[in-house]
Amino acid sequence: MEPIAQPEAVPRPAGGKPAKAPAWWSRLWRQIKVHRHSYVLLAPYMSLFFLFTVIPVAISLFISFTYFNLLEFPKFIGWQNYARLFLEDDIFLISVKNTIIFAAITGPVSYVACFLFAWIINEMSPKVRAFMTLVFYAPSISGNVFFIWLMIFSGDRYGILNAFLIEWGIILEPIQWLKTESYILPIIIIVQLWLSLGTGFLAFIAGLQTVDRTLYEAGAVDGIRNRWQELWYITLPSMRPQLMFGAVIQLTSSFAVADVSIYLAGFPSINYAGSTVVTHLIDFGTIRFEMGYASAIATLLFIMMVGTNLFVQKLLRKVGE
Amino acid sequence: MKLAVLRGPRKVNRSPAGNFFLFAFLAVAGAFSAIPLVYAINAAFKPLDEIFLFPPRMFVRNPTLQNFADLVNLLGQSWVPFTRYIFNTVFITLVGVIGHVLFASMAGYALAKHNFPGRRVLFQIVVLSLMFAWQVTAVPNYMIMAKLGLVDTYWAVILPAFAYSLGLYLMKQFMEQIPDALLEAAKIDGASEYRIFWSVVMPNVKPAWMTLVILLFQFLWGTDGNGFIYSEQLKTLHYASNQIIQGGIARAGAASAVALILMSVPITIFIFSQSQIIETMATSGMKD
Repeated sequence: MEPIAQPEAVPRPAGGKPAKAPAWWSRLWRQIKVHRHSYVLLAPYMSLFFLFTVIPVAISLFISFTYFNLLEFPKFIGWQNYARLFLEDDIFLISVKNTIIFAAITGPVSYVACFLFAWIINEMSPKVRAFMTLVFYAPSISGNVFFIWLMIFSGDRYGILNAFLIEWGIILEPIQWLKTESYILPIIIIVQLWLSLGTGFLAFIAGLQTVDRTLYEAGAVDGIRNRWQELWYITLPSMRPQLMFGAVIQLTSSFAVADVSIYLAGFPSINYAGSTVVTHLIDFGTIRFEMGYASAIATLLFIMMVGTNLFVQKLLRKVGE
Repeated sequence: MKLAVLRGPRKVNRSPAGNFFLFAFLAVAGAFSAIPLVYAINAAFKPLDEIFLFPPRMFVRNPTLQNFADLVNLLGQSWVPFTRYIFNTVFITLVGVIGHVLFASMAGYALAKHNFPGRRVLFQIVVLSLMFAWQVTAVPNYMIMAKLGLVDTYWAVILPAFAYSLGLYLMKQFMEQIPDALLEAAKIDGASEYRIFWSVVMPNVKPAWMTLVILLFQFLWGTDGNGFIYSEQLKTLHYASNQIIQGGIARAGAASAVALILMSVPITIFIFSQSQIIETMATSGMKD
């Protein structure tokens, strides 16, 4: 944890620095010089990180107050983009509604699922544990294999789900799953959940293995009666750091649903039933080239994601306190 | 004492009814997770009449390699030689993974073990960047790429991948557990900071490398160019395979074959690196 001792700041030889500079500034400057190696090590990563992540957020915020079509110089128009989003753009409101439904369902459900599966798996023998980890983690790393869901929900009688339902006599006619408004959202949620046991899941598995085993025995002596009490009083508080990390990963991805929607429901989807904030952003950013408007969408998305994350972090700090 | 630990967790406070309920639940969830993949694997070996059998069967009856042969045939007809798509993806993945592991390790070492001015703020910014998805910065990123003349080059995909923030975060957290005494000893022996980084720190964080490798690998292996790549000869394998998959009923066999090939690579890598990845994730927690 403690940073290693750095060489003491050497007193500078006389005349190296204008005497007029305030003391704190020269002290800082001396610190920076002593640690120049740290900055050299950081430079390649940080310059790219600022160029492609930090500066773009600032640019996006700035452009969101302009009209900008990539050809002409951006024209400042104040809050107009935001006003248009909320007052005139019905599709944006549908997208926000869909995104909130996605996030409110897939976020918590996938988070709890990640933890629950990791928790059950944790009690198995190492070989079984490794196998089950693979079973749950595989969908999230197998790339575009979610085309299989296209076969499952295909609208003709060869679609796997339709075929089974007809075979069992539940329906007579095949259902157009991905072309029916009311089915689109639930289907995307199911597929998104299938894909969602990723990095957060692995973090929980690892976190559970680091919980001090003697705590459980001590807990049993202290009167913990069943596994649920054990979970609440010992396991969860012991892995709070992983819980916080997992929350960030699951929440961020639950707000960014777009690929699955575009792939399964089409772009645009039937009556915008599968439209999300990100697909709306793609629409304006890469098809209509209204960059100012797209940036306003991006800025709102940024606020939604970071705001929710910070709020949840605050909640999780209370676990087991 | 040691032996007791090796024998695994002692089962206290476990009721048989609870065990049964939880394992039954796990079995159902596992089936939900695995069945689509098993179906996809089987589909790759089904002759076309079995793919469209009514009612459908999960397991293949008369396994055939016809789909793979169809795929090879189909690839032979593509306008850009298919090997070019493979090269594009392999190049992007390889350069991106190597650069990211190197840069993130350098920065992670400085953030974990050096106490320089600005350290805390920089790390806070990295953590904050985990809280939003890359789509947020897609529009300005395009403008930056255009200004730098990187649109329609491999670098538009590779350079942002170098600065992937999850990788730096995991690497820094993992490096914090390297004992300071090890670094001090090297320093007393007269090693420079760079030498310490390369010959003391890097060999000690192999599990973290492997984790960064798999994270970046799956990210880049599945890339479709992120909207930056237009030229057909620069497009990726993922993009080309999507075209095959969208080819409809006649291509269903070849599509299953290409999907199987694409998914088997990251899954194989994961199988071999699982224990190291779990070791890295143990340090992934966020402290207040």
